Amino acid sequence: MHELSVTQSILDIVLQHAKERKVQQVNLVIGQFSSIVDDSVQFYWDIIAKETLAAEAKLHFERIPGEMTCSSCNHVFHPGSETFLCPACESNAVRVSGGREFQVDSIDVE
Amino acid sequence: MCDGHNHTHSHTTTRVPVAEQILSANDRIAQRNHSLLHQKNIYGINIMASPGAGKTSVLLKTLEALQGRLKIGVIEGDPAGSIDTERAIKAGMPAIQVNTGGECHMDAVMMEDALSQLPLDDLDLLVVENVGNLICPANFRLGTHLNLVIASIPEGDDKPYKYPGMYMGMQALIVNKIDILPYVPFDMDYFQQGVEILNPGIATFPLSCRTGEGLDAWADWLVEKARAEITPK
Repeated sequence: MHELSVTQSILDIVLQHAKERKVQQVNLVIGQFSSIVDDSVQFYWDIIAKETLAAEAKLHFERIPGEMTCSSCNHVFHPGSETFLCPACESNAVRVSGGREFQVDSIDVE
Repeated sequence: MCDGHNHTHSHTTTRVPVAEQILSANDRIAQRNHSLLHQKNIYGINIMASPGAGKTSVLLKTLEALQGRLKIGVIEGDPAGSIDTERAIKAGMPAIQVNTGGECHMDAVMMEDALSQLPLDDLDLLVVENVGNLICPANFRLGTHLNLVIASIPEGDDKPYKYPGMYMGMQALIVNKIDILPYVPFDMDYFQQGVEILNPGIATFPLSCRTGEGLDAWADWLVEKARAEITPK
């Protein structure tokens, strides 16, 4: 249910950067470790963006998969759901190296 | 938009770079809250956990353990009701209830509002008991010094793998209800392996609110952490 406040924040940022221009598309970059449901954001967007210059804007979600890097063998991989161990050498010397993104990257305006 | 006149024009599209964190507005207010805590010489912790992990029990036991050492105030975030606030008040702490409506987390605005209702000049430690939820509360900064996650044995050992965002967003971890370890399948090594990968070197406190085991170690650590930031009144 946190998508409502998230969507409100996205809209505020978009309108601030649109500077009175009509917004065609909103380009979002969302990492796997940031929890957000696309359909739910779109649902709230359709309601709260009404009667703004972003009413017809399309939301584009660029999804960044979770990424881990093994410090033992330098292997870079997307973690599985049951274990985070390195699939190449089974080391647990593994660190999160991607997937935290949660930002409005750009907007397309007329 | 085109009015049918016989002219040539095109709707040009311009890409405007934004590169702004979605929750930047929340983060700015969180920063304001943090400054207020700093100014009032208060150490703040934000407790996050699933419903039933033992947030309130840990809070009440921590209060007992800190008796005479730090003056504690509480902000209770729940979708509805004031059961935990009443418990905290009964235990002798100033407490403010925040009802989030349907929202699954507290945000910096709710925190700011609650702070304005607490006797900040009399407090050393502020404990925020966040809404019981493992999905999003870690995304919403409140302005506290420490994010604490309470995991509990009956929830199972796979939670770090299922809720990586939460386990990445904490600075301390309590593993509660260790007294029932003999009765449920919980692989502590598997659990801790996930935690360590997501959050290397995290301070972890296995304890039981029921037997009291491990509580002193947690309370002593918390006092030390708080005293590094504030001077108790």
